[in-house]
Amino acid sequence: MDLTRRTLLKTQAAAAAAAAAGVSLPAEAQNILTGEDLHLQWSKAPCRFCGTGCGVMVGVKDGRVVATHGDMQAEVNRGLNCVKGYFLSKIMYGNDRLTQPLMRMKNGQFAKDGELQPISWDRAFDEMAKQWKRVLKENGPEAVGMFGSGQWTIWEGYAASKLMRAGFRTNNLDPNARHCMASAAVTFIRTFGMDEPMGCYDDFEHADAFVLWGSNMAEMHPILWTRITDRRLSHPHVRIATLSTYEHRTTDLSDMALIFKPNSDLAILNYIANYIIQNGAVNREFIEKHCNFRLANTDIGYGLRPDHVLEQRAQHANDAQVSNPSSFSDYAKLMSQYTVEKASELSGVPKERLEALAKLYADPKVKVMSLWTMGFNQHVRGVWANHMVYNLHLLTGKIAEPGNSPFSLTGQPSACGTAREVGTFSHRLPADMQVTNPEHRKHAEEIWKLPHGLLPDKAGYHAVQQDRMLKDGKLNAYWIMCNNNLQTAPNTNNETYPGYRNPANFVVVSDPYPTVTAMAADLILPTAMWVEKEGAYGNAERRTHFWHQLVNAPGDARSDLWQLMEFSKRFTTDEVWPAEILDAHPEYKGKSLFDVLYANGEVNKFPLSEINPAYENRESKAFGFYVQKGLFEEYAAFGRGHGHDLAPFETYHQVRGLRWPVVNGQETRWRYREGHDPYVEKGSGVQFYGNPDKKANIMGAPYEPPAESPDAEYDLWLVTGRVLEHWHSGSMTLRVPELYKAFPGAVLFMHPDDAAKRNLRRGQEVRVVSRRGEIRSRVETRGRNKVPPGLVFVPFFDASQLINKVTLDATDPISKQTDFKKCAVKIVSAATADAGGQQ
Amino acid sequence: MRRGVFLGLISIVPCLAAGAILAQDAPRLRGPEPFTREVPAPPMQRQVTDDVRVGRNYPDQPPVIPHSIEGYAVDLNANKCMSCHARKFTEQSQAPMISVTHYQDRAGNTLGGLAPRRYVCVACHVPQTTAKPLVDNIFTDMDAITEPERQPARGRH
Repeated sequence: MDLTRRTLLKTQAAAAAAAAAGVSLPAEAQNILTGEDLHLQWSKAPCRFCGTGCGVMVGVKDGRVVATHGDMQAEVNRGLNCVKGYFLSKIMYGNDRLTQPLMRMKNGQFAKDGELQPISWDRAFDEMAKQWKRVLKENGPEAVGMFGSGQWTIWEGYAASKLMRAGFRTNNLDPNARHCMASAAVTFIRTFGMDEPMGCYDDFEHADAFVLWGSNMAEMHPILWTRITDRRLSHPHVRIATLSTYEHRTTDLSDMALIFKPNSDLAILNYIANYIIQNGAVNREFIEKHCNFRLANTDIGYGLRPDHVLEQRAQHANDAQVSNPSSFSDYAKLMSQYTVEKASELSGVPKERLEALAKLYADPKVKVMSLWTMGFNQHVRGVWANHMVYNLHLLTGKIAEPGNSPFSLTGQPSACGTAREVGTFSHRLPADMQVTNPEHRKHAEEIWKLPHGLLPDKAGYHAVQQDRMLKDGKLNAYWIMCNNNLQTAPNTNNETYPGYRNPANFVVVSDPYPTVTAMAADLILPTAMWVEKEGAYGNAERRTHFWHQLVNAPGDARSDLWQLMEFSKRFTTDEVWPAEILDAHPEYKGKSLFDVLYANGEVNKFPLSEINPAYENRESKAFGFYVQKGLFEEYAAFGRGHGHDLAPFETYHQVRGLRWPVVNGQETRWRYREGHDPYVEKGSGVQFYGNPDKKANIMGAPYEPPAESPDAEYDLWLVTGRVLEHWHSGSMTLRVPELYKAFPGAVLFMHPDDAAKRNLRRGQEVRVVSRRGEIRSRVETRGRNKVPPGLVFVPFFDASQLINKVTLDATDPISKQTDFKKCAVKIVSAATADAGGQQ
Repeated sequence: MRRGVFLGLISIVPCLAAGAILAQDAPRLRGPEPFTREVPAPPMQRQVTDDVRVGRNYPDQPPVIPHSIEGYAVDLNANKCMSCHARKFTEQSQAPMISVTHYQDRAGNTLGGLAPRRYVCVACHVPQTTAKPLVDNIFTDMDAITEPERQPARGRH
């Protein structure tokens, strides 16, 4: 029954009269809450969205999340959230949550062309195990694969890595983080021998200049942007320079906006290096003590299918990752080609602006923080771009100290914590180790208490390769967990969807909601999300943070962790491991994968009694031990004493996260710098100890053109990306009414002159057409993004405008990360096309 | 309120055995059926400009903006939002004053004006369009739990 305005006024009048008379009314006659009713149970959790890693306080009442707010005690955000973070309370409550497994069936049996029908978990796992065993028997471990996530909790990623590599003996495990920051991760290793930034968010309060390379932080990392705007507006000497291919909310608040032609950032970066060299701004002592010079192989192709003409033509498509030792003089000679004239000509940026930017880097008195995200990483030369910005910081010695900081931002909440640190990439093991290194495999086998020789030695299929292999029928049993890849992969109509529906393949999708990807699966598993489970994430500044399970998931939805571990019970070692390994180690014979991977004496070491009794923990109760703690402590053994030290499990439930390495209870804010990093030897000042000689690599590479550029027919650049209100494919944010209503559908941002030239008006329906496919959208000539003539921008959150049907599956040939930022399209009026029967 | 009832009715129509969804807008959430089909782009939505305050889902929710902000400058020279919502202008504009929290810096000290970290209003406060939600959201207001029979009339979504 609703309380009407009239009864409300009557109640209030009665309350006022009673108060005047000194009488207290029964609770239902009062107009405010008192006592127990006021109480909410508040607990900390990290935000579910981007890689910033804001702290959130979550209020629970009667088993439901009823409120959230920014955590005042969280160092990252000190009480602030962005609009998505403020609406976290509602992301779990979309009324189409999946609450039971659904399988494609006909006549009560699985059928690839059947209708999705509800089934039990037992039935779901029975069919899944049957299909996995069939595929393993027919085609071997290389036909099994998994596509995971930078949104997995640390233990989910770790459990998945064990199941795939040690259980099914395949490295065909990759995270959606491949689409997001593989270029950054790969270049960290190539430059410093260790992944992840040397600096941290504290640099925001120390820098004099911020240079943003392909990063619209005002929309994509709004809370970090509050720290930059705070610094800029509080300290008038501070400057912000933003490099982008179009103007947006970040350029609105920048001192300098440098709008360049797609891919020409490479020329700008090399010009700045040249400026530093020509103007005597090289920190000679620093480079002599701390740097090596190398030159990269050039003409390295575009990561397309090997029979593509661009790959055939490329000289070093097959050894793109190779570089050779060089010298400062050879590097300087290569850079000397990049004069301001050349950089200006290639980029379209006026010379004066390029010079002003170069001066920020060259001036030894200006502390510079460089920040980058997808503009750099989703780039056919993303690894080179990352190298080139490190080159600027290394040449000038502006690195690994407060305010001097090349800083790679991440897009997912645990891109660092799970995808990178746990090592869920197809080539990685925990703590930066590699699957192709026999010593690293041996070490992993020891920690995992598994027989030597068990782990596969070949790097598995990366994200784009998984799609190609599904289509080609080489990858047949496929589990997609915690991502929406059919919406977010490139060239989906031709390279992704065909593989999902290939009759040779069995495709499983675990998700809380019926996404585009789930709807194309053979089996959908309903998943618990965010605070419906105990979790741990690692943010972009090396901060590991934990949360407790605060509410139960609806219906039969279960966490990814439970799904992985429960599924492992369906296999015995005899079914999946080679006979020779079992003969040599008979003690493993006849055991289930659950026994050898999780009930191995380490993971199941901690009893249920160690769980905080104030919180539920469904997975632990299901398996009979504290699974999260056991997995975490076994995993932490990889990094402790090796520069990746994590604190004890319980500590993280107390604190607002800690930045690794955590040594003697102290977090590390600046790595590689004496006085800040305990791993740096006394008296050395700086040591890049990830590399054996403790030096960083300055890598010389040239400008090379993109894979596809506009021409007479496809005459516009297409850039894809995000908007503030929606996170990635929108499966959570589109279900929050306030966020949906704020930005209800994708639009095509276009320059008014380009629209006029095509007789298009704002709001008109158009077709966005590339050589791969097309979608329909609406023209937007105003609004937050101001694109230059010749370029259009379409966000990818809207499942009715699947812009990735249009994009090109070209990748950086080294990192295998897709370039979602540049391909060629044409725009035609939908009405004309309908009437004239064109395109 | 009317919308609440409308969505309530829709929710009894079984769809995928998993809750309510407005069929014509389904592609926005789930993609076209089949995936390869091209679907028309719905018209762009009109902004809500009625200046009527919208209740908050919980105390810390930033209020949504009930007016258009098209062309508002929030740059190094000007912040258009503050020309109505700053303390000294609210009497003349009758707009709500920015929250007291907006005067505090990162360390919690109160400043003489808008804290620079709060400068970009639209990071938290967003305008709304007249778009109908794609699917019901069954988030429950804390008041509905503590005193379910005393709810003011407000659409649940």
